[in-house]
Amino acid sequence: MLYAILCYHDEDTVGSWTKEQDATVMKKLAVVQDKLTKQGRLGPVARLLPTTSATTLRKDDPPIVIDGPYAETKEQLLGFYVVDCKNLDEALDVARELGAANPGGAYEIRPVGLFQPGSTAT
Amino acid sequence: MTDTAWIDAALTSARPQAVGALLRYFRNLDTAEEAFQNACLRALKSWPQNGPPRDPAAWLIMVGRNVAIDDIRRSRKQEPLPEDEAISDLDDAEDALAERLDGSQYRDDILRLLFICCHPDLPATQQIALALRIVSGLTVKQIARAFLVSEAAMEQRITRAKARVADADVPFETPGAVERTERLSAVAAMIYLIFNEGYSAGGDTADIRAPLCEEAIRLARLLLRLFQSEPEIMGLTALLLLQHARAAARFDSQGALVLLDDQDRSLWNQTMIAEGLALIDKAMRHRRSGPYQIQAAIAALHARAAKPEDTDWTQIDLLYGALEIMQPSPVVTLNRAVAVSKVRGPEAALEMIEPLAPRLSNYFHFFGVRGAFLMQLGRNDEARVAFDRAIALANTTVEAAHIRMHLDRLMRDSQPRGSKISKK
Repeated sequence: MLYAILCYHDEDTVGSWTKEQDATVMKKLAVVQDKLTKQGRLGPVARLLPTTSATTLRKDDPPIVIDGPYAETKEQLLGFYVVDCKNLDEALDVARELGAANPGGAYEIRPVGLFQPGSTAT
Repeated sequence: MTDTAWIDAALTSARPQAVGALLRYFRNLDTAEEAFQNACLRALKSWPQNGPPRDPAAWLIMVGRNVAIDDIRRSRKQEPLPEDEAISDLDDAEDALAERLDGSQYRDDILRLLFICCHPDLPATQQIALALRIVSGLTVKQIARAFLVSEAAMEQRITRAKARVADADVPFETPGAVERTERLSAVAAMIYLIFNEGYSAGGDTADIRAPLCEEAIRLARLLLRLFQSEPEIMGLTALLLLQHARAAARFDSQGALVLLDDQDRSLWNQTMIAEGLALIDKAMRHRRSGPYQIQAAIAALHARAAKPEDTDWTQIDLLYGALEIMQPSPVVTLNRAVAVSKVRGPEAALEMIEPLAPRLSNYFHFFGVRGAFLMQLGRNDEARVAFDRAIALANTTVEAAHIRMHLDRLMRDSQPRGSKISKK
């Protein structure tokens, strides 16, 4: 079974880490990640850019684009895509196309700051 | 992180919201600040034992408010109690306020707090100092260090600024849409000033002043989170990120300024660049251009170029042209001329800046740029005159050193001829 581990933290706090503090945390994380990679168990890892860089597509009819992250709590996180796009407009086009195939709810579109594709043996 | 580091981080991030709300209650900056300080002291005692509250800002507001009201009561024992200010227990502080947490109210609280610091009567340096003290919560010592002045001088500057703000009418009513836009643009300008205060530092003080750049970015992000659909705030945040991304490459090991063309681009912070580019993308969707967005777009074109020769100077020239129309200024034209020199050559660029001479006769960069164009054209004697003038006008030793480097190059270039003459 593949498990997704979703990371939550206060972005003000994480954002206020100094370069050294950030590097220390990343180094500690790398130890765990390396172990999993050697075992062929680590899939993609992503560090997202801050929520200020997010845009939300509400999959209403017609869909509406809203600046900022998805802020409602009525719906639950059910999945995610990682798509290579030239810019936000292209990412929104992809989201609209997906939304047409599966209306209702919303997509939050967030640029990825750091991405390791990873590979799992299974 | 150490045990108490998370508390420091939480207090810092809750500060603008908490002080903003306390200011709305007490309508007095000193009372609000003192209330916040007292709440922080209690947090330092209470949080390590009880763990962090669900909403640190709400906790600090409620506790700060109660402590301040207690103080007021104690100092005015003879007077009747304030009727509607019920004093509640510390433990249920959070629950009591939780329901009243209203995003839009906080938004205006924080904006008001920032806006107070931008009072038009205050000179720019006082605005910045006040914002760093009140909104960011830097200590007087930290601010003094960043401004390279004594602690006593900074203390005095902040006290004066506060006194002036206290005399002024502070707008406590919820602002209307037009007012809100005006406040937003004043606050954005002040955040940009804070950034520039750090960014314009010389190599010898860049490390000391870099926190000003980081603080400005933090405030810009805060503002953007409050006003998520404002393209100019996206532009401002992007601009700061894209400029600060180059920090590690801007000075060499001796502290001398390294020009954009000569910077080691592998030192640029790619995460900041990515965030800046993403924000410009977001802003452009609104099709409401503005000066910050254009400047950010220019910075983005530099950031996107892996090598200096990849820079899209034609596009930069066009963007400066748009900025000239929006914000006519000889300095903008001067910047545009640099792009023009790359696209159409130094002759065209020189022609463009000649009319600026009367207005920029005391501007260091004008003579630096003019000298560089003349040098490119091989008019070395005239270049030398321009560079000499630039050195005389330099604001920092780094600026002067940079021009001296040009002069040295001129000397080197002219040396072969010189040596021939001496042989005669």
